[in-house]
Amino acid sequence: MSTPPPDTELERIELDLFVQALGRRHGYDFSQYAPASLMRRVRQLVQTHHCTSISQLTTRLLHEPDFVPLVIQGLSVPVSEMFRDPPVFLALREKVLPLLASYPRINIWQAGCAHGQEVYSLAILLEEAGLYERSHIFATDFNPEALRLAHEGIYPAKDAKLWSRNYQEAGGQHTLANYYSARYDFVRLHERLRRHITFTNHNLVTDKVFCEAHLILCRNVLIYFSNPLQNRTLELFRDSLVRGGYLCLGMRESIDFAPVAIDFSVIDAKRRLYRRSLDLPAERRDEPA
Amino acid sequence: MSRPEAIAIGCSQGGLNALRVVLGGLGSGLQQSVLVCCHTSGDVATMCALLGSHCALPVVEARERMPVRGSTVYVAPGGYHLLIENDCHFALSVDAPVRHSRPSIDVMFSSASDVYRSAIIGVVLTGANHDGAEGLAEIRRRGGIAIVQEPETAEVSVMPRAALELAGADYCLPLERIAATLNQLCLA
Repeated sequence: MSTPPPDTELERIELDLFVQALGRRHGYDFSQYAPASLMRRVRQLVQTHHCTSISQLTTRLLHEPDFVPLVIQGLSVPVSEMFRDPPVFLALREKVLPLLASYPRINIWQAGCAHGQEVYSLAILLEEAGLYERSHIFATDFNPEALRLAHEGIYPAKDAKLWSRNYQEAGGQHTLANYYSARYDFVRLHERLRRHITFTNHNLVTDKVFCEAHLILCRNVLIYFSNPLQNRTLELFRDSLVRGGYLCLGMRESIDFAPVAIDFSVIDAKRRLYRRSLDLPAERRDEPA
Repeated sequence: MSRPEAIAIGCSQGGLNALRVVLGGLGSGLQQSVLVCCHTSGDVATMCALLGSHCALPVVEARERMPVRGSTVYVAPGGYHLLIENDCHFALSVDAPVRHSRPSIDVMFSSASDVYRSAIIGVVLTGANHDGAEGLAEIRRRGGIAIVQEPETAEVSVMPRAALELAGADYCLPLERIAATLNQLCLA
């Protein structure tokens, strides 16, 4: 070949150094993210910010404090929909909520809430099941900008059409438009929906058990994690769930390779609904990882 | 040039018929992994079953964390980008669509070429957008082989044309001859 191929080995060294800089200087630990997607996002950052290499990105990251939020923005996944994968929300409505109804107080943790679309979807589900008054949703993300937008609950009007269809397919009892006001090119979800939601910063990689939850939703977040980090996060979920509490993952996520999977039983394999086993052998949980 | 370890095929509109022909012609002794990205947002189980009935190799949906094995055809799931980790396991992503597509051929090609470098054959078939051209160029830059379906023989010629314009090709072939060429290149 006449032109030398791009040096992937060099790029990997640069990626390692970038990750180190981000962790040591700014406290964001990406060292256990699965490399393929991380590399792709970092390359995109290089392009977006007109850098010549990942190393140049690292230099800016170290020397320009204002640059950090832009990098974090580029490394987090804010892409979602309301009632994304309607069959999942239908299953939550039909299989999980009736069982949660037996608790006097229902805590739900949405881990990695991005821009909040699924949080509000949950709020609507709970509202329609008559459970919202005794529920609380903790919506967390490590990206402060995503949390800010999630709290606002304002979305492009062009998305509302698909979301309305999703809502119907998820067994919605009214029309989605009952829950938002449309303004120009945007829809704003009703303030009322937010009354039992707390948006707060939590990093699955570095933070600990968050609350005692009856249901945890974490969809399409673990797919970006390496196997050890995926397992550690699932352990965190297990330890945050009440016995018999529910876990809902993304439709194409597999926990089959995670050792901690044995602490969960499958409720609905296709929709990735699991339940923390009722009887955990206590001695095994104390074993070192 | 190293012996290919993988074949990566991208297609969009008209892709199912084209895949039937290409996969149907692959030899049963093929050792390589075959990665397929066909634009769809839905479940690919039916597509896998259909293609599997025409193909000597097993055709399965690519699942995250699954090892990439030889002599197997993997189809990217609808609604996710398909990537490959350096240790030859699959990874999925819900990052924004690329050229309005998720799965995107560019994403799969680019990731596969990171891993296999020159030991890969990229194939672009029928389709109505420009996805795949960029990724095919990347495959070629790293010394991999590019095969593009002759636009005149494609159900929709936009995609192969775009690939030829941006990346060029080592082979530009009518649909019927692609499988035979793959078999030859893989045995070499």
